[in-house]
Amino acid sequence: MVPLNWYLMLSATVFMIGVFGFLTRKNIIIMFMSVELMLNGVNISLVAFSHYLQDLRGQILVFFIITVAAAEAAIGLAIIIALFRNKSTAHVDEMNEMKG
Amino acid sequence: MLAKLFFGYYAAVIILLSLLVVTRKNPVRSVMWMLLLFFHIASLYLFLNAEFIAAIQVIVYAGAILVLFLFVVLLLNLREELKVKRFIGSWPAGLFVSAAILAIVINVIRSFVLVAPPGRYSIEYIKEATHTKALGTILYTEYLFPFEIASLVLLIAIIGAIVLAKRKTRSH
Amino acid sequence: MPFVMPDLRPVLPEIVMTVLALAILLADLVIKRKETIAFLSIVGVALVTYVLPGSMGTTFNGMFLSDGYSMFFKLIFMLNVILTVLISVKYIVIEKVNFGEYYALILFSTLGMMLMASAGDLIVLYLGLELMALSTYILAGFIRYDIKSNEAAMKYFLLGAFASAFLLYGTSMIYGLTGTTDLKAISAYIVANGLSGNPVLMLSMILFAVAFSFKIAAVPFHMWAPDAYEGAPTSITAFMSVGPKAAGFAVLGRVFLIAFGSVKLEWSAVLVPIAILTMGVGNIVALSQTNIKRMLAYSSIAHAGYILLGIIAGTSDGMASVLTYMLIYAFMNIGAFAVVIMLRSEGFKGDNITDYEGLSKTHPLAAALMLVFMFSLTGIPPTAGFMGKFYVFMSAINAGYTWVVIIAVMFSAISAYFYLRVVMYMYMKEPKETVQLSTSPAIGLALAITVIAVLFIGISPSTVVNLARAAVSGF
Repeated sequence: MVPLNWYLMLSATVFMIGVFGFLTRKNIIIMFMSVELMLNGVNISLVAFSHYLQDLRGQILVFFIITVAAAEAAIGLAIIIALFRNKSTAHVDEMNEMKG
Repeated sequence: MLAKLFFGYYAAVIILLSLLVVTRKNPVRSVMWMLLLFFHIASLYLFLNAEFIAAIQVIVYAGAILVLFLFVVLLLNLREELKVKRFIGSWPAGLFVSAAILAIVINVIRSFVLVAPPGRYSIEYIKEATHTKALGTILYTEYLFPFEIASLVLLIAIIGAIVLAKRKTRSH
Repeated sequence: MPFVMPDLRPVLPEIVMTVLALAILLADLVIKRKETIAFLSIVGVALVTYVLPGSMGTTFNGMFLSDGYSMFFKLIFMLNVILTVLISVKYIVIEKVNFGEYYALILFSTLGMMLMASAGDLIVLYLGLELMALSTYILAGFIRYDIKSNEAAMKYFLLGAFASAFLLYGTSMIYGLTGTTDLKAISAYIVANGLSGNPVLMLSMILFAVAFSFKIAAVPFHMWAPDAYEGAPTSITAFMSVGPKAAGFAVLGRVFLIAFGSVKLEWSAVLVPIAILTMGVGNIVALSQTNIKRMLAYSSIAHAGYILLGIIAGTSDGMASVLTYMLIYAFMNIGAFAVVIMLRSEGFKGDNITDYEGLSKTHPLAAALMLVFMFSLTGIPPTAGFMGKFYVFMSAINAGYTWVVIIAVMFSAISAYFYLRVVMYMYMKEPKETVQLSTSPAIGLALAITVIAVLFIGISPSTVVNLARAAVSGF
């Protein structure tokens, strides 16, 4: 049987690759995809914990995370479309209407 | 042994695909690599005896969320996108921060041992009751309350998408 | 597992709120005058407040706790909604976004906050938080044709989603360690198994601290706040500088004092530097701001630092002072934003600090009101702001954090400079151009409520303080 720690390390790696993408990419859509990557990292650890604890709570939480991720994607992409209509850019470093 | 080999393959591919997703210049490619990534993660869930989660991972994540992403990516000016730098100026700092946190987290969880007592949903129990039924039963009884909140979250998503993206922008 | 109908009495306020929000959403289809919808929302919220006291209890297997603590926070949320709706009525007409969804979204966001304050389980906490956050992202970007509003929504959204991921990672760790997501069960498990000092527990605690710091805009996780506050519609800036912040403190208190209660020493070591940085950066950066909304954003960051001191104290007195401060902050901050909104008129932004030059000559009443709110935000007696700070600082001193309080008082003195600069502009400069005020009965009512509350609590704080002490007694 695969040790639980292997799953946890995989989950941490996926999560941190997401953090890296969020902190360094210019493109908003890719930043948003990095957040989805982080959520997937969390989901891996939750499902693994759930399996090894023989408890379904973790999987219930994963179910809700996927639901919220879908809602978040709809709203996030709507915000990107609204932004794109007014200013044809998808780069964070060009978002400088406000300074201080 | 075979299980470990399988896990090794999936772990390697998942990490590789995650790296591809965050480093590709062309967002369409990122979305495509992400699609492949989600299928691999779904297979990983099958290993963990979570068939229902694996199914919604494919249906919702790959089938709904990524399609939405693809639509929006296609609105962007891709030719313009390929000309600019992909990372912000201070990307080494981001790399350092994420690598440092990863090192700390791995160090902590490497020695993690399960101490909590196992619950009643053993593999045998789930095999007998089927995973979807076991999950559905507690979702609609024990977790009814969060389930209702989730329905409101989805309602907000519908309202929000319409309010933010519809054409007419000014009242009166 | 047989299904047992859960006791619905404790969730009655939330049910009424849901029905109200859905009814407002539908009423928007048939009612053309949006002022009527605003009025209906206020009546509905009053109804929710009416059923609030009778809703004590725990239900849904301990996932939903309705106690004095959550009730006091819900009172703040109700106040926040009513005041926000009052100051919005005229403003959203001027901004040309007079849509009925606006009010429905405010109500849904408040529903999320109520669920957060009552969450007894991390799953409910997460879903309540997302319900609140998703509605607020939409509201921040509500002026669709305005690029600033788009950017505010974008930044708020991206950082909010990022923070939620940290919250979930912390939840996952604590779940793996204890096998449960129920706050009380987590606490009991940690105590029973002597897990304090466990590295995974520490990791999870730090992840929670990071996620909540994003929500309450504490330094170094505050970078979204100035832009989101400046770009969002002003009424929503007022709304989100009070509501989501109070909800953030509600869950911060609940999670850290209950679930992580046995590792208090460790988490206060994490929160003390965050609090000091928050007060420092908030107050010092506010000095150089020229936009009043941005200045109030930094001021709101600084106030989060003061409130954190009450949490750090970790005593029931500390929690009572947090509740008191949050209530006072709701009054004075929304009051200040109400004055800012009045300056906004057709074709005139009115959000520069120089726009306040000579306001006392042209509009003495508005200037006097702003004076009271600025004094209160600085913490000058006899305003409520002084009392709020006094109780928070006292509870921190009693808990042995005298040195942190000394730093806080120093930063508080610095803050006088930028708050009183507005007062100086209003009273000691000559008006450059005549500023048109866009007044309405609704905003007048909001200003009357806030200014009376600020002065009344400042002079006799005992009512509020006793209420807050009673609220935390069963915590």
